[in-house]
Amino acid sequence: MSGHVARARLRSETTPTREAFREFVSREISPHADLFDREERIPDEVIQKIADAGYLGAVIPAESGGLGLDMVSLGVLHEEMGRGCSSARSLLTVQTMVAFAILKYGSRGQRIAWLPALAAGRAIAGFALTEPSAGSDVSAMQMTAAKRDQRFVLNGCKQWITFGQIANVFLVFAKCDGKSTAFLVERDRPGLSIEPISGMLGTRASLLARLTFVECEIPRENLISGVGFGMAAVGAAALDLGRYSVACGCTGIAQACLDASMQHADSRVQFGAALRMHQLVSSLLSQIAVNVKAARLLCRHAGELKDAGDPSTVGETLVAKYFASTIATKAAADAVQIHGALGCSSESSVQRYFRDAKVMEIIEGSSQMQMLMIAEEAYASNGAAA
Amino acid sequence: MSLLEEVKPRTREFIKRHFRHLDFADDEDIFALGFVNSLFALQLVMFVEKSFQFTVDDEDLRMENFQSINAVAELVKRKTA
Repeated sequence: MSGHVARARLRSETTPTREAFREFVSREISPHADLFDREERIPDEVIQKIADAGYLGAVIPAESGGLGLDMVSLGVLHEEMGRGCSSARSLLTVQTMVAFAILKYGSRGQRIAWLPALAAGRAIAGFALTEPSAGSDVSAMQMTAAKRDQRFVLNGCKQWITFGQIANVFLVFAKCDGKSTAFLVERDRPGLSIEPISGMLGTRASLLARLTFVECEIPRENLISGVGFGMAAVGAAALDLGRYSVACGCTGIAQACLDASMQHADSRVQFGAALRMHQLVSSLLSQIAVNVKAARLLCRHAGELKDAGDPSTVGETLVAKYFASTIATKAAADAVQIHGALGCSSESSVQRYFRDAKVMEIIEGSSQMQMLMIAEEAYASNGAAA
Repeated sequence: MSLLEEVKPRTREFIKRHFRHLDFADDEDIFALGFVNSLFALQLVMFVEKSFQFTVDDEDLRMENFQSINAVAELVKRKTA
């Protein structure tokens, strides 16, 4: 039996199945996702159900209260959540990114303090990297961390922070002596103020916030990993996982577009025949179907490389994220087209998929940034980089 | 060839795959050359973990352990001793 087959068999015997994830999402998330979107929030009781299912602690080991999923299974979970609600998938994304950073590079004290709480949903995490003047260009980060005795003092602003409105702890990036550094900052630290952001185009239930730090003091123990190189690796590892999550979520969006479009095209009759019998409509359906399968395979490939600890997963995740977010946007646009006026109304979920999908081409690295990095990785994989 | 003997040539091969035209000595600081970004830093850490079969923990995650081929060799030697 090959290692690959053995791993797949072991995974199928020990981890929750796609069917279990799908059943949960179909029951608890999908029927309410349009309401979440309209109200721009996910109710606390729904977040608690997600936590009770173990999904907030999917990457956290069982001994710390999590599910300890492998990366392929994690991807399946995030795809299924993305099929139901991109805002709920965003919750899983940031929780997973921060939990992974603590698990992999946090101190023993940080792991003990935060991993069980994150797994149980007693703590919600926020990933605070983006600033008003520092998006794709992280080097433009202006937030500072000044050493003062055994403490650090944070000053600066973070913007578009997913679930920032309710997060209990933030992984915050700042420059300390000119070098990138990361800290865990509890919500109730004096000097941290949180301002809700509403009216976004998509993922409207993601409870975005703007964070302002004014002379916000935190103890030295809140420093996560080192400065400079260590921080670069921690940030890159979290963002790599974030891109993987978004890629899988986009596959879910595209699958939802396919499901809705097939159902509509089967029941809607025009010119005496169901829409699916009209060849230009079936052409759109076939393109969505092919792209969903391709995106799923790219995600699975990236996940298998992560499980193997293979560094090439970084490049393959860029590819998966770029492709999946691009085809999700196209699938959603086609789904709206197939639904016609209904697709433009709040009576149909496809208008939400359309708005959510567009956001996916921007978050965790815009499509243009992905393309730049994919080209670099292509040279590297051919041994022909700069 | 023992694992430790493999460290330097394998690390050089990995770095050269990403920076083909870069000429550097075993003791030269590759980060000071200005080509390295955070994605490469992550890939280098993953390469070391997978190739030499140990986990890089938070205390190991320092530039002085990864900034040159000699530094990586020293890290591997210490972690696999």
